[in-house]
Amino acid sequence: MHEMSLCEGIRKIVEDQARQHGFARVTRLRLEIGRFAGVEKPALAFAFDVVMRGSPAEGAALEMLDLPGRAQCFDCGVAVEIGHRLAPCPLCGGGRLLPEGGDEMRIKDMEVM
Amino acid sequence: MCTVCGCGDVVTLDGRKISHDEAHRFGLAHHHPAPSGGLHHYGLGAAGVSVPGMSQARLIEVETSILAKNDALAAGNRQVLAGLGAFAVNLVSSPGSGKTTLLCKTIEALGAAPLAVIEGDQQTDHDAARIRATGARAVQVNTGKGCHLDAQMVGGAMAALALEPASFLFIENVGNLVCPAGFDLGEDAKVAILSVTEGEDKPLKYPDMFTAARLAILNKTDLAPHCDADLAAYEANLKRVNPALTVLRVSARTGEGMEAWLAWLRAGLAAKTLGA
Repeated sequence: MHEMSLCEGIRKIVEDQARQHGFARVTRLRLEIGRFAGVEKPALAFAFDVVMRGSPAEGAALEMLDLPGRAQCFDCGVAVEIGHRLAPCPLCGGGRLLPEGGDEMRIKDMEVM
Repeated sequence: MCTVCGCGDVVTLDGRKISHDEAHRFGLAHHHPAPSGGLHHYGLGAAGVSVPGMSQARLIEVETSILAKNDALAAGNRQVLAGLGAFAVNLVSSPGSGKTTLLCKTIEALGAAPLAVIEGDQQTDHDAARIRATGARAVQVNTGKGCHLDAQMVGGAMAALALEPASFLFIENVGNLVCPAGFDLGEDAKVAILSVTEGEDKPLKYPDMFTAARLAILNKTDLAPHCDADLAAYEANLKRVNPALTVLRVSARTGEGMEAWLAWLRAGLAAKTLGA
């Protein structure tokens, strides 16, 4: 979707953290990406390399951790975990599910030097 | 090269050389003979290997949303709007769904109600010119290569518009069913517009936008008979991706359904003004 903008957000956070914690280089950065976040992971990895140039995270290894998609089933009323956006409810088979988690895009942690 | 961490092919585990891919595949904690002095993989299996020289590196827990900056600016916009008792809607859709025509007709129908418009497009000020022709105040934001409006652009446009108390703010986002779903602008509601020429399964193909919206307008209903559109199927698919969605059938051209849309807007403004 907008992987370049996301990477600009990451760069901003990295630079803020570098000032706050006084480090020069990020060697590894871990992101948590929800299943419904709409993030294209290869595109994000590509944009990451480009956008981080000249920042403390230049050359950092990027890891992306998946977070499950959660939804409220309007048929059985239970909060369930679903594998993709249009999956039926695993409990009752209902098709009316309102996502209520899994759209996260977070920097979890960074290994710095 | 390792696809997980981008380092060399052979790694050392407890003094024994093993294939790097193997180490990752079996989730073994291992360190890399990298020039930086050895990096440690966290989160891949039990960290059973002690790594001399690791003290140089440290781990910082960040736990910050990537969009934190945008979200903070959006919260600022929301606060300004709340202070004014102004009701802001973010109109989102594919290009060509009829957003600008709907907006022009809406402005005419709202008559003397105070309102302002922020127009987002990659290029040109055609849409702002169309809005200004109705007598309304409008600011055009050109995003250049950008595929969505963000909270900073909207904050700047809001300041330029000097919004009135108890007014409507219409934000017409860049025509795009993907990216604008993820960017909070500080609006009260996203309104997704879907025209009957786009195909009944569009909500299933692009679910995020319809999930993020509070109201969907099924627009150009006057064209439905000409393109064999199945309006019930459109509504069923909208409700499938967002069971809480309100759907209105509208034709901006003939005026069908406009009263329901205006009533929804007035109710939103009334609720907002009470809170101010």
